Amino acid sequence: MDIRLTVNGREVIETVEPHVLLLDFLRERLDLKGAKRSCDVQVCGTCTVLVDNMPVSACTYLAVDADGRDVMTIEGFAEQPEFTLFEQAFTRHAAVQCGYCTGGILLTLKSLRDAGELRTEDDIRHGLDSNVCRCTGYRAILEAARELIR
Amino acid sequence: MSTAEREALREVGVARPRKDAQEKLQGKAQYIGDIEMAGMLHGAVLRSPHAHALIRSVDYTRALELDGVVAVLTGADLSDIEPYYGHAIKDRPIIAIDRVLFAGEPVAAVAAVDVPTAEAALRLINVDYEPLPTLDTLDKALAEDAPRLHTRRPKVGLFHGLGEMGEARGNICYEHHLGAGDVPATRADAAITVEGEYLFPAVYQYAMETHATTAHFHGDGVTLWANCQHPFLVQAEIADLFGFEKGAVRIVVPYLGGGFGSKSYTKMEPLTVALARKAGRPVRIVNAVSESMVTSRRHGMRCWMRTTARADGTLLTREVRFWMDTGAYADNGPRVTATAADAAPGPYRFEAASVEGYCVYCNTPPSGSYRAFGATHMQWIGEAQIDEVARRAGLDPVVMRANNLCLPGQPVRPDGTGKPLDADLIGDVEKAAAGVGWGEAKRPWVGRGVSVGLLAAGAHPVSRASVRLNSDGSADVYVGTTELGQGARTVMAQIAAEEIGTSSDNIRVHGADTRFTPYDRSTGASRSTTIAGLGVQRAAANVAARLRETAGELWDVDAELVELTDGEARFAEESISFPDLIAKRFGFRGGEIIEGGEVRPTGGDTGSYAEGPFFWEVCVAAVEAEIDPETGVITVLRTSTVADVGKAINPQLVERQDDGAMMQGIGNALFEEMHFDDGVLVNDSLLEYRVPRVPDLPRQMTSIIVENADGPGPWGAKGCGEGALAAIPAALACAVADAGVPMHELPLTPERVWRRIQELKRQQTEKESHDE
Repeated sequence: MDIRLTVNGREVIETVEPHVLLLDFLRERLDLKGAKRSCDVQVCGTCTVLVDNMPVSACTYLAVDADGRDVMTIEGFAEQPEFTLFEQAFTRHAAVQCGYCTGGILLTLKSLRDAGELRTEDDIRHGLDSNVCRCTGYRAILEAARELIR
Repeated sequence: MSTAEREALREVGVARPRKDAQEKLQGKAQYIGDIEMAGMLHGAVLRSPHAHALIRSVDYTRALELDGVVAVLTGADLSDIEPYYGHAIKDRPIIAIDRVLFAGEPVAAVAAVDVPTAEAALRLINVDYEPLPTLDTLDKALAEDAPRLHTRRPKVGLFHGLGEMGEARGNICYEHHLGAGDVPATRADAAITVEGEYLFPAVYQYAMETHATTAHFHGDGVTLWANCQHPFLVQAEIADLFGFEKGAVRIVVPYLGGGFGSKSYTKMEPLTVALARKAGRPVRIVNAVSESMVTSRRHGMRCWMRTTARADGTLLTREVRFWMDTGAYADNGPRVTATAADAAPGPYRFEAASVEGYCVYCNTPPSGSYRAFGATHMQWIGEAQIDEVARRAGLDPVVMRANNLCLPGQPVRPDGTGKPLDADLIGDVEKAAAGVGWGEAKRPWVGRGVSVGLLAAGAHPVSRASVRLNSDGSADVYVGTTELGQGARTVMAQIAAEEIGTSSDNIRVHGADTRFTPYDRSTGASRSTTIAGLGVQRAAANVAARLRETAGELWDVDAELVELTDGEARFAEESISFPDLIAKRFGFRGGEIIEGGEVRPTGGDTGSYAEGPFFWEVCVAAVEAEIDPETGVITVLRTSTVADVGKAINPQLVERQDDGAMMQGIGNALFEEMHFDDGVLVNDSLLEYRVPRVPDLPRQMTSIIVENADGPGPWGAKGCGEGALAAIPAALACAVADAGVPMHELPLTPERVWRRIQELKRQQTEKESHDE
């Protein structure tokens, strides 16, 4: 199937098999390796990307379903001016350890913040329940996220 | 002036930002699965559905006919080499030969042009199994009439560390005994006896990144890109298996997406190498989570323990017998067993003690290392009994511990061997207890617990490092430590910078590449900062000595009087920048200063775990928890963890290590458990294997750093990051017992807690009716 979508602000036109996952499409076809594979069952959040600014698990999302949509990966977010704020907060609190889950967490927070849903501690805790981090114990991530409240 | 004499440390003791933060946050950090190479094939592994079976035949004709399939590997391809490996015991074939011993054991592997093709090919392979009776539990494996799973005479591995290997008995692959004193005679004086049987579950380390390896044969040998924690040990095992000189095996280690012990020693590397050898092209194998769960896990354990004391709570004896389910192959089971034996008595002054630990083969997936192994298994049991003694003696648990704990300098092991205590445990316990409001009034069903233990740490203290000061004043540190999230590259840069007298901003720390990086025994056992860090410090000190020497010659002064600071050499009114100084040394703006540093054991080393440890890692925490008696649900209200680290090179990263270990401790204590049905793992995905998430965080967390400069590492440092994982389940179980529900089995699931509450109520009712 032919699909036409925007990835990190650039138009992409590709032909894909209907069963190809968005995660494989991004990683293998477009060489965007920032989204990571882990649980494969839409629980851990390491493969999180934004589709029309909504966080989705790319491990269980078909590439063809992204046709006509706007996809952002961590590589694209890192190019945006507001990323600096996230980067500084996460660096200040050492809220990154192995780094494998980090992109998914940053994109989840960005999506919440853009939607005006990152206003309180409860928003952070509820919003990040969709991401698993095995290294940090979450405490540092919550501290960093508090700096992003608006 | 040496750094020891300089008054203020500039780099060490400072919360410097992580050097890898930007790369990781921007999604640019590379892990094995992100690194492509030209001509690379993708591997997939056919795994046994049976926990114990003979393989009558493997037919892969149809798989080979599939477009895009390049090679299929089976046990029959290994006839030209001695295909058994294992760093402790060489009991495991690279791929199943004639039989399988666990569900999930690799039986065939396919190399194909892409992953979907390789996976499709697996479905075209026909294996004819003859299922055999399954020894899927310790009871079955230990039964008198149990068949022996391993009948070949055990060959010790390259890094066995077991001392003398006795004759194997039944399915016991290793046993460890320690003790001292006359236990029966001493026990005769006891007024208090606490005795019980306990169960610890099999759990999965759950690093977010699964095991992954790329192997490439070429004219010079074989190169592996592997997410291994111990590249030099893997190098040695691959060289041994495939008949290479060590230098012909190159292991390159990029960032790891977590390890926690799951990637220690050799895992998927031999299979990937064998498949690449067969295919004649580079091959990458990346496990799915369900595959990594049967690649490494924590040992399930059964334990019997008895503790006795005088009426006033003075401890007399402890006896421990425990059995570890090491799975089908020994992996690190012997070491885990020895470390658990070390942890079993606890750091108390017993008059007599005896410990027997058995490592048992079962038809379950192999068990290896997981953060704070042995100590996590044992501490919650030992501390539960200490609290029960305290209750019967009418002592506060903190007072009980203060009365009985070992003091600094006293022997830890009952027989007096090994390193004496190198920490102030009583001070640590008091700090932890204060962190959860010890002594404050409590509501019903709220309890508080404190726990203390020691973890034999450091493994073999062998590490080398080199530091290269470039002519522009920047420096490179080459050290074998794997960056798996702990922040090693940042800490190593701080150590080198402090010693050289420059900023860590000017220092790069590289990942291990065995072709260039000096030898380091391993990344584990909390040894990196302490032991590899000491190697870095010594290498950097040697670089600093060359700088002083050059400046001394330049100014005609004693080199010892030259001070190095802020990237300059200084003496009196003289100063010169490092780049200018190096230019003076070489007569032009080139050259470099490159020096090594070495750490090795002092005294004899037979490689036996009975010796050592290099230091004792302190495992101290306190917990306040609340039980909902209607549902059995436990809420963790407050935690405090104590990182008794000697010297915190980077205090923020020390706290971050304790945060992570604390949360894994909550997972191990409250919900993590692998379930097997006839040896087959049934909860093999994150849908059914529950790890801690944000809502599981305690309401309040306190992280306490204790710096008594009593460690053997740089500036008195000793390792951290594992202790909280042993201490939190113990403190939590003690808190739950304090709230009225003593438990004998982890995890403390709501159902288990609820059933125990009903049992206790029933006992209470029976007792009351009996009393009437």
